[in-house]
Amino acid sequence: MQRRSIAFWLGAVVFLAAMLAMTQLVRNEYPFFAGYVILQFVVLAVAWTILGGYAGYVNFGTNAFFGVGVYTAVLLVKAFGAPLPVQIATAAVVGSLLGLGVGLLTLRMRGIFFSIATIALAIIIETSITNFRFVGGAAGIQLQRPPVTAPFDSYVKMLFFVQALLVVIAVAITRGIQNSRIGRGLHALRDDELAAECTGVPTLRLKLLACVISGALMAAAGAPAAMYLQYANPDSAFNLNYSVSVLAMALIGGTAHWIGPVLGAILLGATQQLLAVTISSEVNVLVLGVMLVLFVVAAPKGVIGLVQRQPKRRGGSK
Amino acid sequence: MFSIDLLRDAVVLGVLLGCFYAAVSIGLSISFGLLDVPQVAHPAFLVLASYGVYLLNDRYDIDPLLAGLMLAPLFFALGIITYRIYYETFERRGSDAAVRGIAFFFGVAFIIEVLIIVQFGVDQRSVTAPYIGKAWRFGDLRIPIRQLVAFAVAMGLTVLLAAYLSKTFMGRAIRAVAQDEEGLRLMGADPIRVKQVAFGIATAVVAVAGALLIVVAPVEPTLDRVYIGRTFCVVVMAGLGSISGTLIAAIILGVAESIVLTLFGASWAPAISFALLLGVLAVRPQGLLGR
Repeated sequence: MQRRSIAFWLGAVVFLAAMLAMTQLVRNEYPFFAGYVILQFVVLAVAWTILGGYAGYVNFGTNAFFGVGVYTAVLLVKAFGAPLPVQIATAAVVGSLLGLGVGLLTLRMRGIFFSIATIALAIIIETSITNFRFVGGAAGIQLQRPPVTAPFDSYVKMLFFVQALLVVIAVAITRGIQNSRIGRGLHALRDDELAAECTGVPTLRLKLLACVISGALMAAAGAPAAMYLQYANPDSAFNLNYSVSVLAMALIGGTAHWIGPVLGAILLGATQQLLAVTISSEVNVLVLGVMLVLFVVAAPKGVIGLVQRQPKRRGGSK
Repeated sequence: MFSIDLLRDAVVLGVLLGCFYAAVSIGLSISFGLLDVPQVAHPAFLVLASYGVYLLNDRYDIDPLLAGLMLAPLFFALGIITYRIYYETFERRGSDAAVRGIAFFFGVAFIIEVLIIVQFGVDQRSVTAPYIGKAWRFGDLRIPIRQLVAFAVAMGLTVLLAAYLSKTFMGRAIRAVAQDEEGLRLMGADPIRVKQVAFGIATAVVAVAGALLIVVAPVEPTLDRVYIGRTFCVVVMAGLGSISGTLIAAIILGVAESIVLTLFGASWAPAISFALLLGVLAVRPQGLLGR
């Protein structure tokens, strides 16, 4: 266990160093534009897995958390001209509060009812923001980027690195949960909530904790998006595509291990970026739908499941 | 600004709107309410039917309602295929069928959405019929005839389906499978076949409802997203699978939306159905007339 931890942190440092080096060496801004979106989806998918994968509560309100992150940043910039770290930190706090709200929903609902309730929450928040004139209402709002800080020479590169940092934080937290009592408790309540409760697993506290952490990370991932696009409107910030994309990424990768959503997000995110550029954004959504259906039907445990199954099969044929 | 007259008009229009909501929700009331299939693609099927009706109306000048009826057998088959796939891949394998089922149906909804966009573009489409665009006047209250048509069809559908489910052999079998699948198996009937037929009927009803959807207002490919809230709100509020409950719940939603529209404006309308849904889930999860 100890050695694995060292390897993980070493990998994280190498990853961040590589990303930082990339921002210094690569001139072209496009890779950072595309890469930012993929990294953002890695954070969202990993955060989603804490509740949706480990605990088995399928959250369709990813767009609610993402949008709340975006609009927390918008509000802070508009009202106080707050710097980026403050935007992200505040978004995380607001996201955790929203997570607590979603957690309270889990008290009475399971399965599809919980999922529908989270969709409902997203639409209600979106409608409230649409009617909130100060942050632009339905028409949206333009934002001015502040000057970029050294060592970065462009704002997009800086946001790219910030998102990479969020990836490391999100993965580290999720990995920590997976390997701890919390992860085992969530797993138990996923399999049988009543049995878990009876054997002394504090299901209520664990569910609330999972919702709060997951929500904080998702909102934090959304906060830099306002500055990334220099524009925000409710329709795109709360788009249902975020929810379905993130769900698809987690399911494609597999939800039993934190590496699953990371793989899924990179796989689907990269495909989407490629398709959006080369063909059209409609085909993008089509691919999302087809991949979602294909994986759910043919590979229920995702890429992880495919990789893990293979050695067994070989063993069986011998 | 606010007056009793205004409120009265809002309630009357709300009731008509509610009946229309009942018509578009009644298919889901069978597929999700009775059969427990998380049919999130129901509104996408609805919009698909609307576009089918648009095609028939645009090309061959067929009356939209008749076009809906013509599509019904096709949708019956579509429903049977959909249920078959769902059963083979999720229900039969058991564990977490619901969770992956939602993901599956969301994928299906997205595929339908994009296929419509590819075929018809993102512009709004509407149909032509003699009763579209005219209105009756009662004093200063103006009721569009298209709303009355929707009202009549919704009433017809509700009565027909309620009668079918309580009077015919197959209808009773469908209700039986919702109550006790194992019991039906012991009686010598095949629950999967019964469910398959029920899902087919639910989807065939969607074809007619889709015709209403495009009669009442122009449709666009992503319209299904708004109707996820409305249809699920109605079905959950009704109490899963209750046909008469569906009508009552839909009228409550219609009146609520209509009043909010009059008092606060259109920008708040999308949240009404979801707020009602959340409220019902939190306070009375079994619905108004729950089983």
